[in-house]
Amino acid sequence: MSLGQYAKRERTLITGACRPSLPRFVKMRHDAGRGRWILLAPERVFNPDDIAVAVLQKCDGERSVADIAGILADEYKAPLDLILNDIIDMLQDLADKGVLNAGELSQQ
Amino acid sequence: MNEVTPVEATAVSAVDPSCARAPVGMLCELTHRCPLQCPYCSNPTDLERVATELTTAEWQDVMRQAGELGILQVHLSGGEPTVRKDLEDILDAAVKAGLYTNLITAGVTLGRERMMKLAEIGLDHVQLSIQDVDSDNADRISAYKGGLAKKIEVSQWAKEAGMALTINAPIHRQNILNVPRMIEFAIECGAGRIEIAHVQYYAWALLNRSTLMPTRESFMTAAKQVEQAREKYKGIIVIDMVVPDYYAKFPKPCMGGWAKQILNVTPSGRVLPCHAAESITHLQFDNVKDRRLADIWLNGDAFNKYRGTEWMQEPCRSCPRKEVDFGGCRCQAFALTGNATNTDPACSLSPLHEEWAKVAEVESHSTPPEFVYRRVGAAKVTVGGT
Ligand code: SF4
Ligand code: SF4
Repeated sequence: MSLGQYAKRERTLITGACRPSLPRFVKMRHDAGRGRWILLAPERVFNPDDIAVAVLQKCDGERSVADIAGILADEYKAPLDLILNDIIDMLQDLADKGVLNAGELSQQ
Repeated sequence: MNEVTPVEATAVSAVDPSCARAPVGMLCELTHRCPLQCPYCSNPTDLERVATELTTAEWQDVMRQAGELGILQVHLSGGEPTVRKDLEDILDAAVKAGLYTNLITAGVTLGRERMMKLAEIGLDHVQLSIQDVDSDNADRISAYKGGLAKKIEVSQWAKEAGMALTINAPIHRQNILNVPRMIEFAIECGAGRIEIAHVQYYAWALLNRSTLMPTRESFMTAAKQVEQAREKYKGIIVIDMVVPDYYAKFPKPCMGGWAKQILNVTPSGRVLPCHAAESITHLQFDNVKDRRLADIWLNGDAFNKYRGTEWMQEPCRSCPRKEVDFGGCRCQAFALTGNATNTDPACSLSPLHEEWAKVAEVESHSTPPEFVYRRVGAAKVTVGGT
């Protein structure tokens, strides 16, 4: 069997235009016993803070990162630029750890 | 079975285990049967027989209990877990119990249809072991012909089914030069993660230590190659490395601390704080057939014996690192000092450290003897002979 298909993998850079989602094998759930949200991934358990939870809940593969930043900027009455940068950093970190699908670039 | 990296504190911020009385992970050795015979296998040298294995219903009950106890991840391991024809039923119970599921397999027994079925039931993650990227050498190490080609197929089915894929590569003297190629191989397979898992010297690996121990120089080279690959492949593949503690200054936090994060269930249902714990001969282990999992975890003698730091002796007792590495490995301390509460000789502060580290130096430079392959009865013949 040839393995050509994955030979040229590249790092995905998160931008405002990405439409991220959690892969099938990453699960976010509320852990009642520990009283917190957790992100379950291969050999890892992440502990997202409130903002991260709010962002990840909106990562449905439809909304763009910019859309999500817009919603949160409204919700938290915070400057859009700041929120957008924070979200991109957070999502980039998760993408680098292999627990986020960056999603296709939006056409707009 | 290869080493399992304990769920660890990397990440955004990892779960703080002190808030969690429940273990994070459960390693289930569904069987000790395996078509391969890796000489570093972490199963005990006294392999459990098929007749003593838990039944389907018993394993399913273990899964339900694990979910109730608050365990987050289950590792279905072996031996080779897929030789159990009821793997699907056990997996199904684990998924229904809300556990994150990981299959630790050598892959050679799997077909496409079965992989798709496992994915459909809800398997999240496949951890596929390789013996080497050089096919002939892989055959020699595992005493099994044609394994690598089969593993490549399995990796592609895992990807096709949308499951997470990790390549697990146990590293030792007989394959350490291929570390960079193993990383490239994992990338080409589409894996999201690779474990460069330097062999830990317990059980079969201890029997084969002088054949497996790499020199310090080759270890340092491999470590550097991993560092470079992490830079180069950032965002493409996650590279985790398990360091051989013969060449470390401080011991690893074995199992993330005794009875703190992980429990291990053997094929016959004994519950251990770590897969090597039975080597501490005076410990008594409870069985899921007699006692509830939660009760064993919270109150079992073997778990409470070395939980926390109270049992420690000097130099650990007054050491600032005692909450970092928990004094290292109890099994290694027991094996080498006769007392499991002593400091693990892997620690440079142990009075036995120098003598112990010299073993690696000497063995890694001597002509390697033949492998003692992992098979029922093989260990007994050889122990005492060397
Ligand atoms: S013999 Fe090899 S493949 Fe089989 S369980 Fe042991 S390490 Fe895994
Ligand atoms: S003395 Fe004990 S606690 Fe301190 S570093 Fe060594 S093993 Fe760890």
